[in-house]
Amino acid sequence: MRTMGFADAIEDALMQAMVKDESIIILGEDVHGLRLNLRVRFGRERVIPTPISESAFVGAAVAAAMAGLRPVVEVMLVDFIGVTMDALLNHAAKIEFFSGGNWKVPMVVRVACGGGYGDGGQHEQSLWGWLAHIPGLSVVVPSTPADAGGLMMAALAHNGPVIYMEHKLLSEYWLDYLGGGCRKNVNFNVPAEGVRGAVPNIWEAVPIGEGVIRREGKDLTIVSVGVSVHRALEAAKILEEKGISTQVIDLRSIAPLDKKLVIGTVSQTGRMLVVDEDYQGFGLSGELAAILLEVGIPFKYARVCTNDTIPFSPQLEYQTLPNVERIIEAAIKLVNI
Amino acid sequence: MNNPETIPTPDIWRLYLQMFRCRSFEKEVLRLWQDGAIPGEMHLSMGEEAIVVGIVDQLVEGDALALDHRGTAPLLVRGVDPTQLLKEFMGRTDGLCRGMGGHMHLFSPQHLAASSGIVGASGPAAVGFAFANQRLRPGKISVAFFGEGATNEGMMLESFNLAVVWKLPVMFVCKDNDQAIMTPSSKVTSGNLMERARGFGLRAIEVNGSDVENVWELINLEIARLRNGEGPVFVYTRCSHLEGHFIGDPFLRFAHPSMRDAGQFMSLIKAHTQTKGAPLRERTDSLKEVLGMVWENVRKYRSKEDDPIPPIRNKLSGMDAERVQEIENQVSLEIESIIQQISIPVGQLGGEKP
Repeated sequence: MRTMGFADAIEDALMQAMVKDESIIILGEDVHGLRLNLRVRFGRERVIPTPISESAFVGAAVAAAMAGLRPVVEVMLVDFIGVTMDALLNHAAKIEFFSGGNWKVPMVVRVACGGGYGDGGQHEQSLWGWLAHIPGLSVVVPSTPADAGGLMMAALAHNGPVIYMEHKLLSEYWLDYLGGGCRKNVNFNVPAEGVRGAVPNIWEAVPIGEGVIRREGKDLTIVSVGVSVHRALEAAKILEEKGISTQVIDLRSIAPLDKKLVIGTVSQTGRMLVVDEDYQGFGLSGELAAILLEVGIPFKYARVCTNDTIPFSPQLEYQTLPNVERIIEAAIKLVNI
Repeated sequence: MNNPETIPTPDIWRLYLQMFRCRSFEKEVLRLWQDGAIPGEMHLSMGEEAIVVGIVDQLVEGDALALDHRGTAPLLVRGVDPTQLLKEFMGRTDGLCRGMGGHMHLFSPQHLAASSGIVGASGPAAVGFAFANQRLRPGKISVAFFGEGATNEGMMLESFNLAVVWKLPVMFVCKDNDQAIMTPSSKVTSGNLMERARGFGLRAIEVNGSDVENVWELINLEIARLRNGEGPVFVYTRCSHLEGHFIGDPFLRFAHPSMRDAGQFMSLIKAHTQTKGAPLRERTDSLKEVLGMVWENVRKYRSKEDDPIPPIRNKLSGMDAERVQEIENQVSLEIESIIQQISIPVGQLGGEKP
């Protein structure tokens, strides 16, 4: 076991995979700088900066994957994925289906996601529910360094398109570029366990579609993903002092969802609180409720999500994104129904 | 138009006032950002003042502005209240957009001015503004500001086509600093941008981004053409961003001793020497290439070679040094009064609990 930062874990896993599999290439905006270590180690033929042309280079990555390469294509922030949505929605997600399963698209779309550092509503979205809505796309959202590397290994081994989402509060370099900018006088509410942690010496895949129980509890189950998992764990500690025993589930993958884990845990506690940094309407939080309704489990339900466009103002941003206070309030209400 | 007596000439004193005003205001923005009073990223217009002032100073009510992520200077020149702007940058609910937008998402409906943080988005926006103006405000135009990096976005190229086939009164202003975020544009851009624009049937002209008089004079003629319904124009110009892509630009950190990160070098040495990977020669070449980019950025930063302020200031000082001083004093007073109107909130930055 080693200790490593979230972003370093992703890079370390990529290095291990790129040594073994020469078909892995990295392309995207600014990757000669953002992935400098990979570019120096693997050379300019394998780490390739692109013009700001998302529809062209993501679309090209889809076909390059069909033709034998394994691209890790970077769109910087998930907010910018709107520009290239056609390549994902109508092509990457559908080729395998249309070809009757004969042609696979083994690609990773790496994007930074999430808010909490004052960058405004065009740079801080989560959008995993929006992406997971599309059949044919896998969507993973790690919350610890170990999962960050493990899910990257899984994404690189997967024979279909995987959206790999890297939360900016956990990746030090993103937070520094977009939030701090080398300033020593600004602080962010960063969950320490997500930023640095133990990782294996040799990376192995964390299976896509497999969630994990982060904390045991018997009164309610909080189902969450990404940075919200850490907010939920913080809230669970405070709830414990108030006599409420809280279980916390980290989904790790949005698509496919670990239905078995959610059904198994919520059927024990009888209460599900979804904490989701993505938009509330028509997304993950509603989907989780539907899964339980479909199997006929009696349960009580609440959710703490992002309800509106994320405001730039730090105070309004704090209130808009799921925070510990909102989680505690919702949990107490849910337990007392 | 060809009669020299009817060729309009700019009021260069006013142009200098506006340029100096933009620069002084953004110096305060830079200071407040460094003090931690402005959250998030900050893309300054510093270095673009001649282009912005030479164009925006000539707009009138009904003309529209489609802005990129460097909207500060255009909005200042267009007449937006600077105090409101600064409050918005600080995320205050009494700011221009009630603290909802921040510096990348600035909107002023009465000026028909809208900005976006998505590269290339000003193209379609300018086309739409011009389309509406063609119907609702004949003779009024729209101006799109964007960098050369945006000319590789499909939406920008599609906008060129649409503007030409609909003969819209759009001025596409391409500010080329040869830096697409942090990638040298010449390495990722095919052909020549003037020729590219002409390929769409767009009229294309070049103005000198360091010379505000040149910008004003050439743009004056183009605006007359646009108002006359003669179809869109592509304006190509060069500039430098004096503070890099944004404040704290990683490439410029090497120029600031306080920003250097030794850890970065350690991982680079490892990447260069670890077994398995590209041949050593290729690794060395990759490293050299990046160091070259850093060096070029630092060199530009130190030399301030394309700064458009000194040439006009020198010229005016030669004419009437006292008047230059008066203008600068007037601007300083305005900035002081803006600063007095804001109070700096403490401990209310990104993600921190209120």
